[in-house]
Amino acid sequence: MSLNIQNLTKIYGQQKAVNDISFSIGKGEIVGFLGPNGAGKSTTMKVATGFVSPTSGTVTVGGFDVVEQPMQVKRIIGYLPEHNPLYLDMFVHEYLHFIGSLYTLGSFHLKTRIREIIDLCGLGQEQNKLIGSLSKGYRQRVGIAQALIHNPDVLILDEPTSGLDPNQLVEIRKLIKEISANKTVIFSTHIMQEVQALCDRVIVINQGQLVADDLLQNLVGQKTHAPVLVIEFKENVAPEDIARLAGVDKVIAERKHLRVFSRPGADVRAEIFRFASEKNISLLSLKEEENSMEEIFKSLTATHPV
Amino acid sequence: MIRVFLKEFNSFLNALIAYLVIGVFLTGIGLLLWVFPETSILDYGFADLDTLFSMTPYVFIFLIPAITMKSFAEEKKMGTMEVLFAKPLSDWDIVIGKFLASLALTLVALLPTLIYYFSIYRLGNPIGNIDTAGVIGSYIGLSLLAFAFCAIGILASSLTVNQIVSFILAAFLCFILYSGFESLASLAGDGALLTKQVGMLYHYDALGKGLIDSRDVIYFLSVGGVMLLGAKVALGSRHW
Repeated sequence: MSLNIQNLTKIYGQQKAVNDISFSIGKGEIVGFLGPNGAGKSTTMKVATGFVSPTSGTVTVGGFDVVEQPMQVKRIIGYLPEHNPLYLDMFVHEYLHFIGSLYTLGSFHLKTRIREIIDLCGLGQEQNKLIGSLSKGYRQRVGIAQALIHNPDVLILDEPTSGLDPNQLVEIRKLIKEISANKTVIFSTHIMQEVQALCDRVIVINQGQLVADDLLQNLVGQKTHAPVLVIEFKENVAPEDIARLAGVDKVIAERKHLRVFSRPGADVRAEIFRFASEKNISLLSLKEEENSMEEIFKSLTATHPV
Repeated sequence: MIRVFLKEFNSFLNALIAYLVIGVFLTGIGLLLWVFPETSILDYGFADLDTLFSMTPYVFIFLIPAITMKSFAEEKKMGTMEVLFAKPLSDWDIVIGKFLASLALTLVALLPTLIYYFSIYRLGNPIGNIDTAGVIGSYIGLSLLAFAFCAIGILASSLTVNQIVSFILAAFLCFILYSGFESLASLAGDGALLTKQVGMLYHYDALGKGLIDSRDVIYFLSVGGVMLLGAKVALGSRHW
């Protein structure tokens, strides 16, 4: 396991930031790390990078303990801290050179690597500019580039896409997806679509405690025992007629749409189609309402008060 | 460590801090030494550099805290410390790298004053009538003083996120350790000599006589060492 967290607890003064969390992430996985603000996401990541020490519990990265062998850990992780701090008075190229040289890459290797990473992160146009003069999206790329310069096995990204415009969002996501092959990636975010677009697995914490750790598909599937359909007919149809069909629990009319709640395990789509063709009315649309990540997030983080 | 040193030193050069420091230092010392009548060597008439060596420490008290104040305070405020800590660098690498960069800049500022020595050397009657051993001792003393002051500045910077606090704290500590104990000695009665020996001025003067006593050298190195250790502990406090 590339990143292994066992019974991690971190207490700041009186406050328990992280309370007995355990999970492990293997090679090749992209894991979304979710939770409301102040849930302990950043703290967990700071412990994993060796920036702060755990109060109790162990964290190992690639088999190295972050407290006992911090140097080995630091060599194999790439870390993008929250808010993406950068030296604003340095040039992009100069900054990447400085960061790369800390990993004692040979100077020739370092040069080719910087060229590679600049291409990969789309910084070609900006490489000779001051970091302070770059827009937020490009600064974010510089932050990701510095995390990637030594080709780390484990990538820890704390809110890599916060504050970006929709186009930049898509680009940064694509970048993360591209580089994530054969790496262990864990990133925190507030944007639920991002989780759906990027990760295979989701870890949710709330008030310092782990509330969910599952594959995305299981998590989304979990709550959909009773699928909800949204249908629209051309003609006016009384909701009661639909409610009488086999497998239908209840029907709610919403302007032109009907929301059909089916009984657990029942698939009423065929029934509705047959109903429409028997009555000779036109079925304009029929779609299954997906249990969105937002709803899951809300229910997970609301139902676990401490 | 060498990477941190180079990065810090380059940032001094890029941010024009280096030129400002060197320019202000040389202009100030040059005015005191050659122009202002009260302290001018030319008016004084004796071929020695006492003015240089007695005034420079006081200039350092303000200049060195100005050089060191941003080294940790700014990085902590910007959050870049977190980037640095995630790199394969030990806390010592970072402390020593930043310390050496500040010290190097101070020594570079000091270097051109050698011209003053050669000027006095040539102006002496007969030529070369200057206490060369004393000058060498004083330069060693100044370098050691810069060593200790830079370490104090680094410590002050590591304790706060505010550069102004860092500057004031460092300047105050430098002043107290340099001449504060000397002044306190008159109050100390029997312990006067001991009190003097705690301060830097006593050891600096001793070196200025041209006698390089290992006790004085060790004094400066240990004061600097303790300050750097303090800075390292302050950085490590994030783990507590």
